[in-house]
Order: sequence, then C-alpha cells, then structure tokens
Amino acid sequence: MTDTAAPVSPGMSPGTYPTRWKRPPQMIKSRFWRYALAIGALVWLVLALGTIEVNWQRVMVGMERGQRFIAGFLQPDFTTRWRDISTGLIESLTMTLTSTVVGVLISIPIGIGAARNVAPRWIYAICRGIIAVSRALQEIIVAIFFVALFGFGAFAGFLTLTFATIGFIGKLLAEDIEDIDESQAEAIRATGASWFQLINYAIQPQVMPRLIGLSLYRLDINFRESAVIGIVGAGGIGATLNTALNRYEYDSAGAVLLIIIAIVMISEYSSGYLRRWVQ
Amino acid sequence: MSVTDIPAAERPVWHHRTLLGRLAIYAGWLGLVALFVWCWNIMTERTMWVFVYDAPHAAADLASRAWPPRWSYMDRLWQPLWDTINIATLGTLLGIVLAVPLAFLAASNTTPSRMILRPVALFCIVASRSINSLIWALLLVSILGPGILAGILAIGFRSVGFIGKLLYEAIEETDIAQIEAITATGATKAQILNYGIVPQVLPSFYGISVFRWDINIRESAILGLVGAGGIGAQLQASLNVLAWPQVTLIILVILATVVVSEWVSARVRHAII
Repeated sequence: MTDTAAPVSPGMSPGTYPTRWKRPPQMIKSRFWRYALAIGALVWLVLALGTIEVNWQRVMVGMERGQRFIAGFLQPDFTTRWRDISTGLIESLTMTLTSTVVGVLISIPIGIGAARNVAPRWIYAICRGIIAVSRALQEIIVAIFFVALFGFGAFAGFLTLTFATIGFIGKLLAEDIEDIDESQAEAIRATGASWFQLINYAIQPQVMPRLIGLSLYRLDINFRESAVIGIVGAGGIGATLNTALNRYEYDSAGAVLLIIIAIVMISEYSSGYLRRWVQ
Repeated sequence: MSVTDIPAAERPVWHHRTLLGRLAIYAGWLGLVALFVWCWNIMTERTMWVFVYDAPHAAADLASRAWPPRWSYMDRLWQPLWDTINIATLGTLLGIVLAVPLAFLAASNTTPSRMILRPVALFCIVASRSINSLIWALLLVSILGPGILAGILAIGFRSVGFIGKLLYEAIEETDIAQIEAITATGATKAQILNYGIVPQVLPSFYGISVFRWDINIRESAILGLVGAGGIGAQLQASLNVLAWPQVTLIILVILATVVVSEWVSARVRHAII
C-alpha cells in the first residue's frame, strides 16, 4: 500500500491532483454521428431559411400598422366597441364554465373505463380510443367541423371545448386511477363490495382531490382556448378580436388582448391557489 | 357505560363530516349547479336551435361529401408540409434564443436585479403565455403580411413563455450545494453560471425544448388558417371552396404528422432523461 494523501486514479501518478477540468461525457458517443448530425442540422437550417420569402415593401407598409398596434396596445380603447367586447367576453366565460362542467361529467365514466385496473379489456380499448381521438384533433379543426354542423355561435364553441376536455381529463384521470394505492381497493374488495361500492369507497376518495385540481386547470385552459376558436366562428371573445383586427381597429384589439391577458393571469393565480387549498 | 347500553335507535352514527360541513358541501354543489344553469341560459340565448336539431342530418350529409379523401391532392401538400415543419422548428429555435436569457433574468437565484428586471421578465413570460400562437399569428400577419415569416415569429413568441416558465422553475430548483462548492473556489459570476447552474438545468432544458417542438408542430399546422403559411393555408383554401374531400385528406396528413412528431419527441426525451 502506497502512502499517499491524494486520491489515486488510473493514468495519474500518485500524489497529484487533477488540475484541469474534464468535460463530462458527451450525449452522442460516436464521433461520426456527432459530425453527421451537426452538418445535417446546418444544411437543414440553410434550406429552411432559404424558403422564407419576405416582401420588404409589404413589411414597410406593415411597420406603420405595427406602430399603430403598439400605440393601440398602450392606449387601449375600451369604450367604442364595449358592447361587442362585453358580449364576446360573456360568451367566452359562460362557454368556458358550461363546457368544463359537462366535459368533466362525461370524462369521469370514460376515465374510469380507461383505467386498466378497474375496467374490463374491451371497455378499456373503447375508452382509450375515445381519448386518443379527442387528444389528437386540434381544437380549431374540431371547431371548424362543429361550426359547419351546428351553425355559428357559442354553442359550437361549447361543444368544441367539451370535446377537448374529455380527452384531457379522461387521460389524466385514468392514469391517476391506475396509480392508486391498491391496498385500499383490496380492503374494500375483501368486504365483498360490489364494483360500484369499490369505485365509491376505494377509488373516489383517492382521486377526488386531484380531479378537482385538474378540473380547475382545465377551466383555465378552456378560457384560453375560447379566445381562439372564435376566429373560425365558434363565438366568444376571439370573434370580437378577429373583427377588430379585420377592421384595423388596433385600439379595440389592444383592449381585447389586455382583457384576455388580465383574465388569464387572474385565473392562473386563483386556480393555482385553489388547487393548493384543495390538495 | 358502553355503547351497547344505549338503545339501538339512539346510538350515535359515525359520519365523515360534521353536520355543518356536510351542509356547506351541499350548498357548494347547489351553487355550482345554479351557476351552470345560469351560464347555460346566457350562452344559449342566441343559439339557433333549428341548426342544432338539424345537426345529425347535416353530419350525414357532410360525411357523404367528405369521403373518400381526394388522394391526388397529396402532390400539392408536400411543399406546405415542409413549410409547416420549418415553421415549427425555426419558431422553436427563436423561442429558445429569446427564452434562455429571460429565464435567467426571471429566476430568483440568478436574476441581477430583483426589483426591476425580474418583474419585467416575469411579465414578458406571462404575456407570451396568455396569447395563443394563433392570435400572435393574426397580429403578425396584419403587420408583416401573409407568409412563413409571420408563422415563425408567432410560434417563437408563443414558445418564449412556455420555455421561459419551465426553464426558470428548473433554475430555481437547482441544488444549492453544487453552486456553493463552485463559489467556494473563488469563481466569478459567469463561472458559477457555467459550471454550477448550466450543467444542472441542461437535461430539463433539452426535455422542455423537444416537448415544445412537439407542441409547435401541432400549432403550426393550423397557423395557415389566418394566413401564416404552412399546411393550414391549404386547409383554409379548401374550406373556402367547400372542397370537403381535400379537407379530409389535409386533416389526415396533419394527424399523421402529429403522431410522428409525438413519437420522435417521446424517443428523444426518453434518450435524454
């Protein structure tokens, strides 16, 4: 045994500390792939940047509009179009609440059906299918179809948001049910409980706080989405914003945007607070 | 006296909550139902129920017109699809470039000034997050004119808030011991950042970026609806002329792209973390 104070590592004479910092191991080990990826990324970047076409004359004209927009944002005009803004806002808010409530109510059975530990296999497959379809389709695309089927207005928006809520809550609820503490379910089963009693006494108490938290979170998201689906005709504040921009009324558009930002901030903070209080 | 001495009818029954607690919960549910009914009435005030009752008929009609998809239209979709992917990727890169400095300004342990810069950075992040990329696109198209550039900027501006928020939370959660060790060697501020904080947040940074790229692919597919380039422009053109077989094909292409991007991002995140 050598009598050294310093730690000995292979490749170093005993008694010396490393004086240089060594780079931690690379993510991609093979040198060839590192260079190949870097060159590929560079080629792609050049190609992609090459496809951008900028019409500078149009941009010059637009810059003036941009200035007016910034001016409108700094000096928003709430009064001129207040009737339109308040109608849009009320539509958005009511649409948000009703679609969240209905969406959560529908997604509870679907979420239970999509949990592997409480549902038979064929129900599991159907419910997972519903969730996958709802999650894969964009809100905007769904809204286009619902507007085509149900006519313009808040009802199509309500259906769109409900449809999107089902996928979101259903998936998270199903994962939550799959993650429960099995011993409680075991204990309830041992008493000879029926399937409904199992759900009510073993599953529901465990997932309820999280379900309430998720619903509040979805309420928040639904409001944000309700500001967007109006662009394709599904009602709400998005329709007002779209109209204001089409009329080049940037001060009204600025007012709408400020209202959206304010409501999103308020709802984000209050839903965060409520979620902490519930859990 | 034990419980059995009390006659069965008078024995106390165990309840989960007190009477008042139960009443409060019932009142809460009642309030929610009342709020729902009230909102429902306001929302459906202007609904044309004729259209709603007609919907099953309309749906059958639409389905008969939209099927089968017009496969030959695929030739004209490759270019917009390439544009869509470019919008998403370049937009993500722009978002990363803008979000990284913002995140360091917004994190309470790295911010240079807690009083001025931190609130400003936080406001930028919240403002970017609360405006959907479609609304950003709407604004930018009216300023820059229709085209890919507006799409890239819209995606970038929306991504700033998302990446910035997750990254500054990651920076705030870094392990203080490692930073202290670096500080104890007499390192400068920049060296502390480079050797103490960056290595700790790098994995979550990659994860966040890839995650956002995946979301951006979905979002860039619809930006064309408001004129910001990509496959959405084709969708809008087909919708305007009611060419439903083309709409079906475009939606199938978007779905396939989304599935592929989700698979890629899942693989990459799995490899990193």
